[in-house]
Amino acid sequence: MTKVGDTKAAPAPPAESPTRSVFRQRLQQLLTFGSLVALMVFFSLANPNFLTWSNISGILLSTAVIGILALGTTYVIITGGIDLSIGTGMTLASVVTAVLLVNWGWPLGLGVAGGIGFGALMGFVNGFNVAVLRIPPFIATLAMMLIAQGLALVISGAAPIYFTSIPAFGQISRGSLVPGLRLPNAVLILFLLTAVAAVILAKSVLGRYTFAIGSNEEATSLSGINVRRWKIAIYTLAGAFTGVAGVVLAARLNSAQPALGLGYELQAIAAVVIGGTSLQGGRGSMTGSIVGALIMGVLVNGLRIMSIPQEWQTVVVGVVILVAVYTDILRRGKEG
Amino acid sequence: MSQQLLAVEGVSKGFPGVQALRDVHVDLNAGEVHAVVGENGAGKSTLMKIVAGIYKPDTGTIRLGGETVEIPGPLAAQHLGISIIHQELMLMPHLTIAENIYIGREKRRGPFIDDKDLNRRAGELFEHLGISLDPRTKVGNLVVAQQQVVEIAKALSFNARVLIMDEPTAALTASETDALFAMIRDLKERGTGILYISHRMEELKKISDRITVLRDGEYVGTVDTADTELRHVISMMVGRQIQGEVRPDVEPGERETVLEVRGLSTKTLLEDVSFELRRGEILGFAGLMGAGRTEVARAICGADPIASGEIIVHGAPATIHNPADAARLGIGYLSEDRKRYGLMLDQDVNLNILISSLSDYTNVVGMVRDELGRETSRRYVGSMKIKTPSIRQRTKNLSGGNQQKIVISKWLAKDCDILIFDEPTRGIDVGAKEEIYALLESLAREGKAIMMISSELPEILRMSHRVVVMSEGRVTGILDNAEADQETIMEYATRAHTQGGIEV
Repeated sequence: MTKVGDTKAAPAPPAESPTRSVFRQRLQQLLTFGSLVALMVFFSLANPNFLTWSNISGILLSTAVIGILALGTTYVIITGGIDLSIGTGMTLASVVTAVLLVNWGWPLGLGVAGGIGFGALMGFVNGFNVAVLRIPPFIATLAMMLIAQGLALVISGAAPIYFTSIPAFGQISRGSLVPGLRLPNAVLILFLLTAVAAVILAKSVLGRYTFAIGSNEEATSLSGINVRRWKIAIYTLAGAFTGVAGVVLAARLNSAQPALGLGYELQAIAAVVIGGTSLQGGRGSMTGSIVGALIMGVLVNGLRIMSIPQEWQTVVVGVVILVAVYTDILRRGKEG
Repeated sequence: MSQQLLAVEGVSKGFPGVQALRDVHVDLNAGEVHAVVGENGAGKSTLMKIVAGIYKPDTGTIRLGGETVEIPGPLAAQHLGISIIHQELMLMPHLTIAENIYIGREKRRGPFIDDKDLNRRAGELFEHLGISLDPRTKVGNLVVAQQQVVEIAKALSFNARVLIMDEPTAALTASETDALFAMIRDLKERGTGILYISHRMEELKKISDRITVLRDGEYVGTVDTADTELRHVISMMVGRQIQGEVRPDVEPGERETVLEVRGLSTKTLLEDVSFELRRGEILGFAGLMGAGRTEVARAICGADPIASGEIIVHGAPATIHNPADAARLGIGYLSEDRKRYGLMLDQDVNLNILISSLSDYTNVVGMVRDELGRETSRRYVGSMKIKTPSIRQRTKNLSGGNQQKIVISKWLAKDCDILIFDEPTRGIDVGAKEEIYALLESLAREGKAIMMISSELPEILRMSHRVVVMSEGRVTGILDNAEADQETIMEYATRAHTQGGIEV
């Protein structure tokens, strides 16, 4: 009843004109980006050491893994689902990579592909459980979280596996592909994957169906879309990102650490949410998720530089999540 | 005239970007049913929400029993004796009738709720109102009409003097509607004043004393129902004359059968449903609520499983396991509940039109060729006359009629030649209805085969070449338009009914 203005609007102009809703969406991304910039300005004023190249590159390196996880899980969250298994799944993928490379002596490329492929396989199982067995995503991926956590310990014998015999492996994260640029490869991988993930989300059929399923799964299904199949594809893709994160983390640490990983999933989900992706599904963006991950990275780093104890850093991150989600609710409330 | 209960004067209300009401007035007498009508977006619901305290007016006064009142919120409205029954019923299905009626007003024993007292009070209320429902029944187990009765009882439990009903009959069958009207007449005799919103014109003649018409947020006029032609009310609503009842041209000659259903049964309801749908035909599906018409549609399009029976598309037996299979065969289903089953409200017009045919717009690596897709969307926005500022507009911002056109466009873009319309004009205002009718007719002329489920008999008679009548999961008759009239259809629709309607 309040939509008189829209229903009585003039017929559509033939060419695309930027409408207000599109503008609002841009505004939302700008706001998130603006908060990142504001944070950085604040910390560099508070401590001159913040805005040094080595510190910034350190932030980027520490954000890389969470960022890659956030990218993958953004797809799942836009469908209205959730993936709790990405943290320990990442760990399992890195353990599998280690077993393939160190224990089985696979060639580097094949071993890395195997680790990523294993991540995709876990995603496939999640997708199958959610789409075909109709287990709620929260439960299905909670179970997978535990399974992955346990398997990582079982396979590795609960001890880290080191890549000391394969020096090239560590270069995946710590090397610098572009000689002049003092940025570790892990950061370049993050940037590259962000671009790939964003293009897939914005341009591919899978991306469109991701939004469609998140907006209204039943309507999408009744529109003749095989929702089951696409959901499996989406979870599988998310799993592949988990696999990449596992490889990048293992390369950075030069070891597969089977006890690590728990809690990463919540940080990644927090990054996605701070980035403006709705947990209700149907809305979200990759750039938002990356900016969200950077906000968390900058916060933790900045607070540390300011010598705020770690306990308090965690509290601040929690508060930031509340503020981010609440401003999002306010914004959407205005849209009506 | 009897004593004035409620007077709303000079009320205006604006929302960001929209002036929903401009200097509107309406009054209500004790023991009167005052209908408020207007097209979608005319401001009826906004006005009702102001009276019920859900919105605050920007200007204007509300007088109750002669005294100016402030209504700061819905609770205050209820204390003043104003209750609203929303179009979408607001009951909690897992609670019992009594719990629903007295929620927030339960008598407590310490931290516990006194259930006995609750059920006793509900029982007394029902006795007083002449309702024969058990207050201990879970609301989820009631049919919609019974839930409506519960809503009304709940409203009256606040000792409401003013009752606002927003499209109370939208989900009711004819006999249920009659029962509701009997209840309304009873309330009138007790002096309750009722503000009544409806899209169904015939109903107003039966139940209302006066009719106030709103258009585009402005007051058009108030008439006494008894001395007014409904056509006059409709023309007040739309601001132009509307043509009278027409019937489709029934063209002689056999046309090719596009869809044949043989012996279709489902586990839950359908039994041995058979019919043929021909090219260029609009096949109406009439029947009471729960007769199984929507179930036939959902079974054909693969949304629900089939227990036995055959579906033959273009002469070949078809296996349809899911809507994707149906879409591949060129069958498109347009649900009665567009918002739930038809649209992605948060997404733009473009995606909603292209969703079914998206794979036709991809390049080799699976990326969508957006320019090509947008061209198609713009073409449909133009040819369907979809009123939207741009194809990037979110569909939830469009009116019901325009949303329906988007769903139609979706299936046309997919190249469907069998279209199943379930209540194509539900929730669509009078002017846009005519447009949808014209659209259906032209689609049929172009050779599409159309199955049209409708609960409005005038719509069935006006649109269908033939009419399939269903009752309790079976087809009880297939009539040519020439032999069909409201009485005949109702006769078939009530066949094999051991009990009609509901107990109220």
